[in-house]
Order: sequence, then C-alpha cells, then structure tokens
Amino acid sequence: MTIKEKQDELISDFSFMENWMDKYEHIIQLGKELPLIDEQYKTPEHLIKGCQSQVWLHTEMKDGLLHFTADSDAVITKGLVSLMITVFSGHTPKEIATAEIYFIDAIGLSSHLSPTRSNGLLSMLKQIKLYAIAYEAKSQSQKNGTEL
Amino acid sequence: MQQVPDITVPAIDIEKIRKDFPLLQEKVYGQPLVYLDNAATTQKPQIVLDTLIEYYTRINSNVHRGVHHLSQEATAAYENSRKTIATFLNARKPEEIIFTKGTTDGINLIAYSFGRGEIKPGDVVLTTAMEHHSNIVPWQMMCEDRGAELRIIPMDEKGELLMDQFSALLTDKVKIIAVTYVSNSLGTVNPIRDIIAQAHARNIPVLLDAAQAVQHMPVDVQELDVDFLVFSGHKIYGPTGSGVLYGKEEWLDRLPPYQGGGDMIKTVTFAKTIYNVLPYKFEAGTPDISGAIALEAAIKYIQQIGVENIHAWEEQLVEYAVQQLSQIEGLRFIGNPKHRSGAVSFLVYDIHPYDLGELLDKQGIAIRTGHHCAEPVMDFFCIPGTVRASFAVYTTFEDIDRLVAGIKRAVTMLR
Repeated sequence: MTIKEKQDELISDFSFMENWMDKYEHIIQLGKELPLIDEQYKTPEHLIKGCQSQVWLHTEMKDGLLHFTADSDAVITKGLVSLMITVFSGHTPKEIATAEIYFIDAIGLSSHLSPTRSNGLLSMLKQIKLYAIAYEAKSQSQKNGTEL
Repeated sequence: MQQVPDITVPAIDIEKIRKDFPLLQEKVYGQPLVYLDNAATTQKPQIVLDTLIEYYTRINSNVHRGVHHLSQEATAAYENSRKTIATFLNARKPEEIIFTKGTTDGINLIAYSFGRGEIKPGDVVLTTAMEHHSNIVPWQMMCEDRGAELRIIPMDEKGELLMDQFSALLTDKVKIIAVTYVSNSLGTVNPIRDIIAQAHARNIPVLLDAAQAVQHMPVDVQELDVDFLVFSGHKIYGPTGSGVLYGKEEWLDRLPPYQGGGDMIKTVTFAKTIYNVLPYKFEAGTPDISGAIALEAAIKYIQQIGVENIHAWEEQLVEYAVQQLSQIEGLRFIGNPKHRSGAVSFLVYDIHPYDLGELLDKQGIAIRTGHHCAEPVMDFFCIPGTVRASFAVYTTFEDIDRLVAGIKRAVTMLR
C-alpha cells in the first residue's frame, strides 16, 4: 500500500466513529498494540523534542525501506505515534520525504487534540521526515561516491 | 450521582452565583461545562465584564496627568480601586497597595528592589520546596546577581513544610523569606503565622505569595504582620494582567524603584531624577487602568458574598472531593496535607496525567494536568505531573460528581 492509500484507509476507519470518545477509544487501542521500541533506544538522543509527554522514536533501514519503532509514557500519545508509524513504516526515504500528509487534518486531530498534543504530533512528523531526508541524502552520497 | 451532603452555608446562593458567570452557561463538546481549573484562572462575573466595557466606552483616559474630565474620572476610579483593595487586605493606607501585572510581576519587583537595596554577597534568601516557578526564578536571578544563596525549606511526603528544619535554617545571613500561603500544586495551606513570627524574631522580612489564598480565605495583612504580599487579579474573578503588591510603607519607602519612567518620577533632568512618592514610585508607565478598575469590581463582588462564606463553602467542597476521589480504585493523592485549600492533586494508577486530562476534557470537564509550573515539586514526588482539580465559589457538589464519573470512564478506557 502507498502512503496515500494508508492515509485514506485511516481516514475511512475514523469516519465510522460517531464522537470523539469513540475516536479516542480507537487511538488508545492502537497505542496499546504499538510495537515497542527496543529498550536500548529509549535514550535522550531518541527523544522527540516538542512533546509534553515523552516519545522515543527509532529508525532502521532494511532492504532500502525505513522502519520505525517508538514508545511513549502516555497511552494516547502512543496511539498517535502508532498512526504515524502505520503510515510511514516500510517505505523508501524518498517516498517518506516527499509524501504529502493530510490524514491528521482529515481525521480532525489537529483541531480536536489539545495544542500540546497537536504540537507533539507535528514534531513527530517533522522528525520522521528529517530521518527520511537524512537517509536519502546518505544514500545519494554513497551512490555518488560509488559512481565517482 | 452521589448523595450531596447537607449544605451548611445558607449565605451562599449557589444557583444565583452561577448565573452571574456567563461562561459557566457554555457547553463544551455538547456537555455543560464543569470548570475545575480555578487555580489557573477563575471565570469572570458579569459585573467585571460590564466594568471593563464601561471603562472603555465611557471613561477611557490616562490617569494622574490629565486635567480634563475623563482623565479625572479615570483617575478617581483607579484610585478608588486602590482604596477598596487596601480595605480588602486591611492595609494601613492605600499607598501600601501597588498595582502590578500579577503575582509574578509583584515577586519580580520585590526580588529586584530588595536585592538591589538590601542584599550583599554571602547573604541568604529562604524559600520553600513547594513554590511555583514564579517564587523561585526571580530569587535565583537576584541571588546570582548579588552573589547571594537561595536555600530551600524542605517538605515531607504529605506536602507539609518541615518546620523544625525551617527553624534551623534561620541564621543571621537570611535577609528575606519568600513563601507561598497556599501551594498551587498540592493545595497545602502553610503555617505562615509561625513562619512570620519566627522570621520577625530575627528581624527578617517575609514575602507572602497569596495567589492561591486571597480568593479562598480572609487575608488581613496587619493581623498577619506580613511585610510583602502579592496576588493576581485573574485568580480572584478579576481580569488577566492585573495584580497587587502590598508592602509595609516603611519597606516600600526604603526600597529602590523597580522600573523607570512615567508615573514613578517627580522631576527628571539629565543630571538626576527625583522619584515619586508611594505608591507611584513603583508604578512606572501607563498602568492597566481598566484591569485595576475591574479588579475592584471583582473584589466588591466577593465582598458581597462574604469571603468567610466562600471559605466555608469551599471547605465543604474540598472535603467532599477528597472523600469521593479517595473511593476511586488506583487513585492516590499527591500531597495530603492536614490543612488544604482550593485544590486537590492526584494520579490514578500509572496513567499519564495528560491522558486523563484529555479524556476529561472531551467529557466537558476542565481540569489541569502537568507540573503546574512547579517542577521541583514534581521532582520531589518523582512524577511527571499531576491531575489537579481546583475549586471556586461557583463550584458545586454536582461538579465533583461529574469529575468522579468522568475519571472512572477515562480510567476504564485507558487501562
């Protein structure tokens, strides 16, 4: 599935929920099911700045695709992290870096979450994109290096 | 719905009071608002809103310097507010009342002026382990500037000050004590009479942060014999950006001014400036005139209800809240002091306070989560923050029932 298809699927899932308590119920459930980050990566350098609750994010490259794992001390935040990971994991750095992200607004997360959580979500998005850009730049420089 | 206890304060007509506050009639996420974040700020009665509108529509003008009618009217209203506040606190004279931007501004004023006038290297400033940042950082800045040391009066697990250690900290090097009357994060009411008595026995002045006290209990500065006292207008049903510093006249006369310009001068030449008399010496620039006048309206409003009546009503609310919350499985209070006022802080199981706060919000219940600008308190208890429910004169027993039901629902979802 492409990043766009994954976003559309998430939007569709949330559209069936009648009110925000139901949406939270779903987010919390996703948080509980989130594949946790390896304990060795729960270090200050893996902490995302801008989150009121703590979020650790780790990135790994396998066969040219980026995979993310994460954890948080708050369950709702974990659920939001889970949404991000679902959308971005298993794609090339270039796909992630250039993807247009619209599911946050479409679900209503940016307007219904508390500003601190909403800012945290944007910080998370920014960090994921930065990782992707860094990996893309690294792979380009390796490619250029080989060609040279 | 829980059984509401007998109301033993007949002077409080809670339904009438609630009608005075337009925002309490609002719905949040389609539900009647339960507003329990009063320690952060209180809602405003119609009379305060009307006063703000009245000022800007009828008498908007600058104070003290204008010869025209509007300026005289604005000046009279502004100075009347000072008189009302002086009476409210039982200050000896209105000149002991300085208008500020709020509690933080008042503490910064004293920290700066006292530091400049009274502190030398090696001196000590005492504060407590339960202060919010506004009563820590200005003193840290002053101590750093003057080469002085900030020492902390410790507290115990209940959130009560260790008074024997306070006595031991009182040395000749201590030049001022800055202490909160009521803790914003724990609700603890500190033994300030004892603190002031011990301090004065050594001629040490005391600054009282009354930001969480003046709206909940009678405060008489002469009876307390306190040297400085600060509070914020917006926590006592007044506008944001308004506040008060009370200081004993002899202290305020003795201290150098905080800021220069505007009303704080008598004459200015390039060679020298002669400072104005009290209270203007500490009121540089155009003050928050509308804020000061509307703060008077807020204070008159609570005087009409009776601060003693408010105190008695809120005592029952706090007792009821503690009783009902303690029946929630997994709930533990953060701080459990013998004397508590206005606020209850707690956590449930290992649920993050932000999670609980967000799910309460979606049920129309406004509480505060986080460190409440008191990070050292959270460090002491080794927690990221708390959930805090804080009360006001318009809080009802039903509000507390909704809170309890909301927490139970949220916990079921989060566990």
